[in-house]
Amino acid sequence: MNESVRSVLLVGVGGQGTIMASDILSAVMINAGFDVKKSEVHGMAQRGGSVSSHVRFGPKVYSPLAGKGDVSILVSFEKLETLRYLEYLKPDGKVIINNEEIYPPSVNLGEALYPGDAIDFIKNHFKDVKVVDATAMALRSGDKRMANTVILGVLSSCLDIEVDIWEDVLKESFPSKILEGNINAFSLGRGV
Amino acid sequence: MKQLMSGNEAIARGAYEHGITFASAYPGTPSTEILEEFSRYDGVYAEWTPNEKVALEVGIGAALGGARALVVMKQVGVNVAADPLFTLSYTGTEGGLVIVSADDPSLHSSQNEQDSRNYAKAAKIPMLEPADSAEAKEFIKIAFRMSEEFDTPVFLRSTTRISHSKSIVTLEDREIHEENRGVRYNPSKYVMVPAMARQRRIVVEKKMERLSKFAETFPENRMEINDTKIGIITAGMPYNYTKDVFPGYSYLKLGMVHPLPHDLIREFASKVERLYVVEELDPFIEEQIKAMGIDVIGREVFPYTGEFDPGVVETAITGNEAAVVNLPDLSLPQRPPNLCPGCPHRGLFYVLGKLKVFVAGDIGCYTLAFMKPLEGMHSTICMGASVGMAHGMDKVIGGKEKVVGVIGDSTFIHSGITPLLNMAYNKSNSVIIICDNRTTAMTGMQENPATGFTLHGKETKALDFVKLAEALGMDNVRVVDPFDMKNTRSVIKEELSTEGPSLVISSAPCALLAVKQKLPGKTPLRVNPDKCTGCKACLGLGCPPISWKRFEDMDIKIEKKTKKQEGIAFIDSSLCNGCTLCQQLCSAGAIEEVVEDE
Repeated sequence: MNESVRSVLLVGVGGQGTIMASDILSAVMINAGFDVKKSEVHGMAQRGGSVSSHVRFGPKVYSPLAGKGDVSILVSFEKLETLRYLEYLKPDGKVIINNEEIYPPSVNLGEALYPGDAIDFIKNHFKDVKVVDATAMALRSGDKRMANTVILGVLSSCLDIEVDIWEDVLKESFPSKILEGNINAFSLGRGV
Repeated sequence: MKQLMSGNEAIARGAYEHGITFASAYPGTPSTEILEEFSRYDGVYAEWTPNEKVALEVGIGAALGGARALVVMKQVGVNVAADPLFTLSYTGTEGGLVIVSADDPSLHSSQNEQDSRNYAKAAKIPMLEPADSAEAKEFIKIAFRMSEEFDTPVFLRSTTRISHSKSIVTLEDREIHEENRGVRYNPSKYVMVPAMARQRRIVVEKKMERLSKFAETFPENRMEINDTKIGIITAGMPYNYTKDVFPGYSYLKLGMVHPLPHDLIREFASKVERLYVVEELDPFIEEQIKAMGIDVIGREVFPYTGEFDPGVVETAITGNEAAVVNLPDLSLPQRPPNLCPGCPHRGLFYVLGKLKVFVAGDIGCYTLAFMKPLEGMHSTICMGASVGMAHGMDKVIGGKEKVVGVIGDSTFIHSGITPLLNMAYNKSNSVIIICDNRTTAMTGMQENPATGFTLHGKETKALDFVKLAEALGMDNVRVVDPFDMKNTRSVIKEELSTEGPSLVISSAPCALLAVKQKLPGKTPLRVNPDKCTGCKACLGLGCPPISWKRFEDMDIKIEKKTKKQEGIAFIDSSLCNGCTLCQQLCSAGAIEEVVEDE
């Protein structure tokens, strides 16, 4: 793997704003002067399926997709989805998890169990794991849908990029009505 | 100005910058956004056509009239457009015609993994393949220049990872190129009866020879000579995967994948010690290089199926796996996409699942109804197949067991009308159901001939399914509301026992369309825990907001209604759309409207 390129993998459930978060991250990295590529699978994302978005940045990026074992930071908007993508992480990779459970259909039907010990399992295999109550924090900013902005705030504290660059992109990304709430949610996350 | 753009956005931008004003397509993942993006530019005309064959024929007409025409489809759409395609290379295109085909390695959103490059070879049409968004924007322009220079249609091949990956693109100004629009009378070129087609057949071969020479010096077929121990011949996205892990190898990066530059390939092969071809899907380049007698490594080490990534390429070439943390197999519950809360398909397929009929299905959101718990679909082949298949099955087993065909509104228009005519003509006894949700939902709510609006948002004639069915000769035509499951069930049962072909139109708007059009919402529902008997009937709908919990997993104490009761159902009211299907199934009357003040 190309060592000068860093990969962030954002995962979640359709409708959680995973792709929007990866758009914001990509814009930040462009403004910070990096070459950026990103890739995700569209299609039926609105329909509650598993969603993943790769963002890669560096002086020169070729592949928009990260391979297994190549991801520096796994950003997960839902606990179970974190487990699905762990194999993409570098052995010393970082994990940021929104402490939220969204049951897939088989769990709702009582045919499968939602893994209860997901966080312990991840902590047993990776050293740097941040679990964030992003939904509760987003509620404090006025709307639980801002949970993805809280998580972006947490992510920003793991990347060496000036906060002004983040805030400029947030300003371009949200309509003025919900901008203040999102800036607030971002700051809460950044303070975690 | 630099901008992060998807491959699809870049193709649309490139066409706009090149002054293209005419485009046609049928939506299909991963190609859909190309026409949507293109249609948003000023001074262009774009249309959704009923299917890809029509899209291409419209494009051929526009090009014959002297315009430059862009035609867009996904890989399986090329099958539908294949009939005009194979003769179009004979006639040539006059004004300029480029066909974008978006392949889907790994079948993210397709029913097969076919490789469009085979069409380029079989139909004798040159094909370009970009490796990122910047190239996509540039190559669409080159494709139009080639089409005009060689009087041939030109393919631009994309894949999911080109179409739906974003990379940096430099925007340029629009250039207007003159078009010589007008009628051309030239029967020996455009009337492909055998006598004239035989002549054009020779022209095509000569054209391909000229294109082969052109490929030798085509600047986008480029050598990058570095370490000559290993040489890589590749094209499109696999170039990036390989370059990512092996920046120091030597490369022959092909911008044109048909026809191949044989001399250039020989020259490159002579410069390197060990030669690999890195390509997804079919060994298209590999087989041609092997046929040239050149020793090259391909499928011996690379997977036959699925898309690659940098790790796949690294493992294939070095034999080493990437360093990953060893994790035990967790057998996680899958999270497939599901029909939305309030989806009109759910009630219909719940009824069909319970009726114990074979359901020949089709392509659309409703294909998801094959999964548990609905299990309301038993076959899916291609766009429109449901209608002919239901009829064929009914002809051979009719009477003994029942068969129903189910097809969406846009899919029916795409290729369900002709087989419906066949049913009437050949005295079928089958029942076809059109799930008319008034939009092309799966690809993101595009207009179609039944919605009453064009791609540019202009009001137009809306196809009337009832009148159409009557004109085709359908004896029995019924319209049902799928949110009324009792009536839907009795109408389908009646039609199953009625002589002659029947059409049932299951009519209700897509739940997402209702939100987009700001239709009045319904009151969300909740489960009254004091009434719920835990019978799980509501779970049979597979509706995302409905879940079920055991008493021992709950913090609150709830009294059992029956001795055997083990838990109760819950509805996440924040996700519920209030469609009432679960209410219709609840014999305990436990599902109630959420009261605002609670």
